[in-house]
Amino acid sequence: MNELFWTYFFVIGTFATYIAIAIWSRAGSTKDFYVAGHDIHPALNGMATAADWMSAASFLSMAGLIAFLGYGGSVYLMGWTGGYVLLALLLAPYLREFGKFTVPDFVGDRYYSKTARVIAVVCALFVSFTYIAGQMKGVGVAFSSFLGVPFNVGIFVGSAIVFVYAVLGGMKGITYTQVAQYVVLIFAYTVPAIFISLTITGNPIPQFGFIGNVAGTDISLLEKLNTVVTDLGFTEYTSTTKDMIDVFCITAALMFGTAGLPHVIIRFFTVSSAQSARKSAGWALMFIAILYTVAPAVGAFARMNFIDTVNEATYIQDNENYEERAASITEDGEKPVPVWYKTWEKTGYIKFNDLNGDGKIQYRGPSAPDGVANEVEPNRDIFVLANPQIAQLPAWVVGLVVAGGLAAALSTAAGLLMVISSAVSHDLLKRTFTPNMTEKQEMIAARLAAAAAVISSALLGAFASSLPFVAQVVAFAFGLAAASLFPVIFLGIFWKRMNREGAIASMLIGLSTTFSYIVYFKFMGGTADGWWFGVSPEGIGFVFMWLSAGVGIIVALLTQEPPKEIQELVEDIRIPGTRSSHGKAEGGMAPSE
Amino acid sequence: MATTNKLDADGYWKATLRLTISLLIVWFLASYGAGILFRETLDSFSIGGAPLGFWFAQNGAIYIFLALIVIYCRKMTEYEKIFGIKG
Repeated sequence: MNELFWTYFFVIGTFATYIAIAIWSRAGSTKDFYVAGHDIHPALNGMATAADWMSAASFLSMAGLIAFLGYGGSVYLMGWTGGYVLLALLLAPYLREFGKFTVPDFVGDRYYSKTARVIAVVCALFVSFTYIAGQMKGVGVAFSSFLGVPFNVGIFVGSAIVFVYAVLGGMKGITYTQVAQYVVLIFAYTVPAIFISLTITGNPIPQFGFIGNVAGTDISLLEKLNTVVTDLGFTEYTSTTKDMIDVFCITAALMFGTAGLPHVIIRFFTVSSAQSARKSAGWALMFIAILYTVAPAVGAFARMNFIDTVNEATYIQDNENYEERAASITEDGEKPVPVWYKTWEKTGYIKFNDLNGDGKIQYRGPSAPDGVANEVEPNRDIFVLANPQIAQLPAWVVGLVVAGGLAAALSTAAGLLMVISSAVSHDLLKRTFTPNMTEKQEMIAARLAAAAAVISSALLGAFASSLPFVAQVVAFAFGLAAASLFPVIFLGIFWKRMNREGAIASMLIGLSTTFSYIVYFKFMGGTADGWWFGVSPEGIGFVFMWLSAGVGIIVALLTQEPPKEIQELVEDIRIPGTRSSHGKAEGGMAPSE
Repeated sequence: MATTNKLDADGYWKATLRLTISLLIVWFLASYGAGILFRETLDSFSIGGAPLGFWFAQNGAIYIFLALIVIYCRKMTEYEKIFGIKG
């Protein structure tokens, strides 16, 4: 039983399960389609939220980035979990009490304006399409490196699967498949981590291995890693070269962005009450924390294993017989280039450039004490996938990890497609342009919009092959969400005086500034010297969030206060139970006792 | 759940805001404080084999976030009872 067999086994097995679930949980009404009937149990919704949330960026990319950034990788760890505190405390229960289907729904009603609703739709689409490009890239990486399928065919297959269950099942189908996908992905993430932790530290629990000693010695893992990487000319693992202000801003942009992401927020519309929404956020963070507390351990182990197996290894050419050559290198007391390296080399994600012509791979940092130049540059996205091979785990573990990576990417892509399709069919058509649509017509529109979204995201993903690491592509979506959506939602709940004019100004400022800053510094040749306040494009969303909120508040104070019934609406959503008892929530939205 | 208490929406909202603000202070201290601003000072201590500030940034803050949401849920359910809110 080889790796290819097990990979096909797990991938086909899990895909078949997802489709079976989708057929079993088809959506019958728009309420089913948009919010899964509002009666999902908080724990189940927490699990679905966790899968929805943990994307290819969390699963494939994050541990690899941490491995190479060390302490600098903490921005992802804190940023992508701390946002849930904001979500649970500041947004989720109130938005649930508001009792509608989508984020633009809230913005449109709270700010009594079609313009505000349409701008919110634009923000939601911007954020979701940026995010989905990252997922599709993840799907492409997983397929192209393990199933021997070209990158674009991989994207096509992945999209086709999402198509089936998103278009058929809507939010209901997505919720139940996401629960299954969570189980697959968490299993796939922790099993290899446990194996590797045992080998390196002798402790089966990765969180403990991470702070423990290297097996058989009394040197701690992190201390050893610090020594090894500084000897090669890198910054200490537990330290960073980034400015503190930049670390602060990136973390904050990711946190506030998390709380402003439409595809995460809509998950809290699927539970039955404000109280369930709070509980659900707690469950979600618990399920997420399992992966997020293991990830730094995986990163540290990966860096250690990478250096151990690759640095100073003798390279074997493609035209040589690998087994024979490896055996003779070992006989000479040298280290042959490992099998996993040769496998990944074919995908182009890792390259060796023998600068000093000694036939060995030298891995060095920017300030190597021995002055040797670095000869190998691995793509960070491959580490989680390659980890089981690097640690020489059984072939079935490799297959499981591929299935896990695909589960992570597909579950997130599906959640994003829901946002895109509901933004078009519900917010643009039903609530803005063609309010006379029947429920049946709206369902058809929603399915068509989901289908169109799948196709366009697949095309986007095909272009995404040239983009940087998955986690960094995704980081932009957070900046956009933090600066454009978070302030208007937050102020809409906590400040009664916030009005239509303020909201429109705030969203436009937040979206345009963040977008231009990112485009200028990432794609138009802007350099780090030009960064405002030393903040990188990844962290700028946090700065512009304050600008956006500030402008919104000033404009609101200069214009007329919102109508009385809007101020009453705000009071209602603050107190659970009042809104639905006033009969103002959408049909069937009353909390079920 | 007998809702014998009289509905006091004002009291409920004030209590909610107080709780939210105090939890957010802890949230800030655990992540931005321990993990970023005071990391270097905290790094002179260690937990197991890891520098404390570094550990907070990579593991500790996440545990605290989770604890904060759990406390929030418990407290809010309590407030709903005290102030006669239907939940």
